[in-house]
Parts: sequence; structure tokens; C-alpha cells
Amino acid sequence: MPFNRKHLLGLEELAAEEITTILDTADTFKEISERPIKKVPALRGKTIANVFYENSTRTRISFELAEKRLSADTVSFSKTGSSVSKGETLRDTVENIRAMKVDMVVMRHGSSGAHRFLANFLDASIVNAGDGQHEHPTQGLLDMMTMRQHLGHLGGRNVTIIGDIMHSRVARSNIWGLTKVGAKVTVCGPSTMMPAEIESLGEGGVTVEYDIRKAIAGADAINILRIQLERQKARLFPSMREYFEVFGVTPEVLESAPEHCIVMHPGPMNRGVEIAQEVADGDRAVILEQVTNGVAVRMAVLFLVAGGSFESGTPE
Amino acid sequence: MRIAHEIVERNKGVENLILVGIQKRGVPLAERLVVAIEQFEGARVPVGAIDITLYRDDLQMISQVPIVGETAIKNDITGRVIILVDDVLFTGRTVRAALDELIDFGRPSAIQLAVLVDRGHREFPIRADFVGKNVPTSSNETVEVLLTEIDGEEQVVLGEVVEEEQTPPERKGVDMPAKAKKKVAKKSVCGPKAKKTKKGCGKKK
Repeated sequence: MPFNRKHLLGLEELAAEEITTILDTADTFKEISERPIKKVPALRGKTIANVFYENSTRTRISFELAEKRLSADTVSFSKTGSSVSKGETLRDTVENIRAMKVDMVVMRHGSSGAHRFLANFLDASIVNAGDGQHEHPTQGLLDMMTMRQHLGHLGGRNVTIIGDIMHSRVARSNIWGLTKVGAKVTVCGPSTMMPAEIESLGEGGVTVEYDIRKAIAGADAINILRIQLERQKARLFPSMREYFEVFGVTPEVLESAPEHCIVMHPGPMNRGVEIAQEVADGDRAVILEQVTNGVAVRMAVLFLVAGGSFESGTPE
Repeated sequence: MRIAHEIVERNKGVENLILVGIQKRGVPLAERLVVAIEQFEGARVPVGAIDITLYRDDLQMISQVPIVGETAIKNDITGRVIILVDDVLFTGRTVRAALDELIDFGRPSAIQLAVLVDRGHREFPIRADFVGKNVPTSSNETVEVLLTEIDGEEQVVLGEVVEEEQTPPERKGVDMPAKAKKKVAKKSVCGPKAKKTKKGCGKKK
């Protein structure tokens, strides 16, 4: 299915075929990063602004590398040291950047829906690099790409997401993306971190399981979320140590999962909180592959969003 | 296949050769050439594939982003002789893109071009070193090579671009232009209204 969208705001609005197109394109783009000259001229002459209202290492570097490997020109901008600290509004900041003739805006913002808001009046393409607790579509896509490489296909596969489901945009993008292509998703975490009506999220809903061993029995892939201390206004569990005792993924816990089950983590890891040292460095961990795939996925997204006619995909 | 012999003859052997097929139909053609060369030379020439989509000069102009195929060049190409293989040679723009892409992989000592069909209408100073068949065409005709590996049949189809018919005028834009290698029995000319007229069946020799 052709990809005709002008923006990538989230996986919720994509059709399964569009997700597959992105993953297929990303598979072929992975090879570019192996070449002696890691660069193709596909986005030559395009200018992309990376606007990061929240801290980021992986995502930001990954986007920047993806842009450079497609020969786009890039400018980066973060909250500190910019006019944002002088009180400029989001709309004004982005419109000013746009006035300098930027073709695409890659943005991370702490408010859910900030991208949707901008898409309503901005004529540049917008790619969501994470918005609040809503979605982180490129992370969802790179997780799916990594699972697909290891499991062959995603339809009918079981994926367990463990951790702070409530605050996690990674969980939301994973749930939307995976359920759309026919995978079964189980979520597991403290009940204080389980949002209301989580069961009905995604296409066909997800299973909720509070016992980690039961949650991963039969799982083809486990995606461990980071405990985001910076997002928790109230303490939702008694202590880090207690969280590790109950929901930490340790070698012993992993024994409940099938032999072929892979372990993923979007990073940055809190070793000894949500994931044990031995698991993070173990044979089943594909965490660094996820990072490698992230560049390919972001190249695919930028390439697909930059090209194409936009009639059918423009939201609103 | 005659082209296989010509390649070996021109390069006085096969030691230094690498065949690279241009996606999509150049790839099976390159593989066929490798098999043919192996039959009479007894040596297997390395073969690669290249997708020029990301090097196109009209990426910003086409409305639909094409599906990007695999690029797989396993060998170091520096100092080697590269035979680029495609099905139809037309404007030369595909070949230009392929040359740019190849040079990003290394510095070959030479690049030669083998095509199944040369249909003329070059827009760049590019010519083929090995041609299966020259097919004079008018610029509003289409030449399509069908291969068993991809299409399930072997033939070269000469067609006419018909406005708003399903013979897609944008086809040339969306697929990559140049292609090369089978044989066209060049005779039955398609009538002006004919969307597609089957030309002779390609047979490799």
C-alpha cells in the first residue's frame, strides 16, 4: 500500500498496510548504514528542523543520523538555551522556524497532542519524536522491525510489555502498531501504573496480567519499559527495590518465557530496577539491534513522509 | 547468450569482473549472465544488485514514492570491472543514477553497460557496451521486458501510451527507466490505439 501521508503523528491513525510499507522500506534502508559511504542523495536540498522540548539522546541522534544519511540539511534546537526559556509559545517558535523555509519538523514535546495541534496550521511535514504520554511512533516502529527480523512475521505473535504502562508513550505506540498487524499484546505492571480501560486500547484490545511470570509465559518478545521517575508526580510504588522484586526482569523470571523469546528495552535502561544486569547483557537481549534499526526506521519515515502526494493522508 | 560471450571476450577473461543488476529486472538478467558465463568459462563471477531509487533525479517530482528494492554489493568493487546490467536502455537517467551510486561504493577500474533492449531517445551522453537488441521506438511508446523470474513469462512488450487508459503513462517514471537484455522479434508494429502489443517472445541465446 502506498504511503501518502504528510505527517507521522502516531501509529493509531495508520493502516496495517502503511505500517508494513514503512517496515519494508526500513529493511532496505538498513543496508545504507553498512556502506563505505553511508549516504544517499534522496533528501538532498530538504531542510529538517529537530525541535526537542524534552531531553533525548538516542532518539535525537538517531533522527539526526537518519537525516544526514539521506543528505538532508538539519538544524537542531532544544528547550534550554533557546527563546523557549524566554517564554515564547510553541506555535510562535515553530512558525518562526517554518518562516526560515524548513521542509520538515521532527519534534519531541512534553504535551500529548502537541504535534496534532501544529499539524493543523503548519504546512511543513511533522514527524512525532514523542509527545507526552501519547505516542512515540518511530520507537513503536523500530520495536516492530526488530521483532519482525527475529520472529519472521508479527501476525499471531505474543508480545508482553512490562512496566509503567500509564505514562509510557512507547507502550501506546507498541500497542497500536502491534495489534493492527495482528499480534497479541499483554501488558504487565503495578496496578497503580495501569491506566483505566487499558483493556480496550489498540485494535481488538490487550490482555492485562499482574503476575510477571504468567505475563511472559508464551511470549515471543518482551518489551521492558523504563521506569520514568521524572514523569511521576506521585510515588506509585514503594521503592525501586520493591519494584525490582516484583516486576524486574531477572534470569529467573525469564525462565518462564519460551526459549526463543527476545528481550527488548527502548532505553535508557535502569539496570537493577526494571531489568537485571544479566538480562540486559544476555543472549536474548536485542537492545542494541533496536538502536541500529532505529536509524533505518527513521530514514524510512522521513523518506516516505517527504515524498508522495499528500491528498489522502493529510489529517483534518 | 551472446552478451555473455561478448563480456568475456571484451574483458579477456572473467577474473576481475563483477556483474551488478539494476533493480528490478536487471537483477535476474545479471544472474542469467553469470550462469551463462559459468557454463563456458567454468568460473562464477560475483553478482550484485543495486536499487537506484534514492539516486533518482526526479524524486521530488513524482507523486508516489516507489518501493525501494534491495541493494546488495557484497564485494569490494575498487579496482574491479563492473558490468551494469539492465533490461531497457532509454533516456539514460537510470544508468546515470546507477553510476553515481556505484561510485559511492568504491572506485571501479571500469564500468561497462549491458542491456537487453536499447530503445534510443537518450537524454544523457550514455551508451551501452553490450546490447541484446536495438529497437527503434517513438518516444510515446513503451517497452516492457517481462521475465520468468518476476513476471512468470518471457517477452518484450512494445506498447503505446494511451491517454487515460490503463497503460500507465507514469509507468516509465515509477519503474526505473532503462532495462536490458532479451531479444525482440521486431516486426509487428503496434497500431496507434493498441495499448500493448505482444512482440516476439524473448529467447536468450
